Amino acid sequence: MPIELHRIDDRLIHGQVVVGWGQPLELRFLVLVDDEVAASEWEQELYRMGVPSDMRVEFVSVAQAIERYAAFAADPKPGMLLTGDIDTMARLCAAIPALRRVNLGGVHHRAGRAQKLRYIFLTGDEEAELRAMAANGVEISAQDVPAARVIPLATVLAGEALA
Amino acid sequence: MSDQDLRSAALVIGHKDFAAGIVSAVTAITGRTDLFRTASNYGLDTRATEAMLREAIADGVRVIFSDLPAGSTTMAARRAQRDHPDITVVTGISLPVLLDYAFAAPDAADAADAAVEKGRAAMMVTRGSARAD
Repeated sequence: MPIELHRIDDRLIHGQVVVGWGQPLELRFLVLVDDEVAASEWEQELYRMGVPSDMRVEFVSVAQAIERYAAFAADPKPGMLLTGDIDTMARLCAAIPALRRVNLGGVHHRAGRAQKLRYIFLTGDEEAELRAMAANGVEISAQDVPAARVIPLATVLAGEALA
Repeated sequence: MSDQDLRSAALVIGHKDFAAGIVSAVTAITGRTDLFRTASNYGLDTRATEAMLREAIADGVRVIFSDLPAGSTTMAARRAQRDHPDITVVTGISLPVLLDYAFAAPDAADAADAAVEKGRAAMMVTRGSARAD
């Protein structure tokens, strides 16, 4: 599976992604799906600065990600697809039948969100969106770093893994 | 600017307890507790980390030391720097970097650059060899 991980992480490219996952999975490319970043050279340069020279970064809008997903998936090198929020990933899952596994990597505290895990906070709408994705056959689990326990969505939403 | 003014204008930010840990090492070596402010991104998204750094800048911070070039700490610092071009951001720091900065002349404009050079030069690999006797 060339795209090893489809991750929701509001920090987008950062240490856990580049080092924590990047090294053990030997990632060679990242697909960052974000309409705002895809439209901003400055934002792209900022994120590119943190990526090692042997890792390629593709900055794409949601529409471009849908259009190019098959090509990304056909890349023989291992890669990761990243979105900064649940809604963006939900739109991708709705449009890409092959995208059937999602990693919750980091959705942090903000007004209106309730804590579900140390690194997952959700609004009611976000929770409903995740339930809808799961009902449509997407396997969703939380895991911030590879050495951490994989926590199924139902356990996350029940707050049962909140330490 | 007094020595204390320059030092309190520097902030170290890192993952989890990195900043508190490395600044405690600076304190152990220098005996000074007034050199660096500390901050952590723990539990924060990039936006919240950036807001924290903007508050620190409004409160007088002029140099930000961060731990990891790819980290959200550095991303947040760079975003804050965009609106504050007088802010210096140093990333990939180590103890030699902070110690050199701590001992730099209080008014040295290139203190951050010199500290980075010191940090690079401090890195080495040594390998043992069998004793001849």
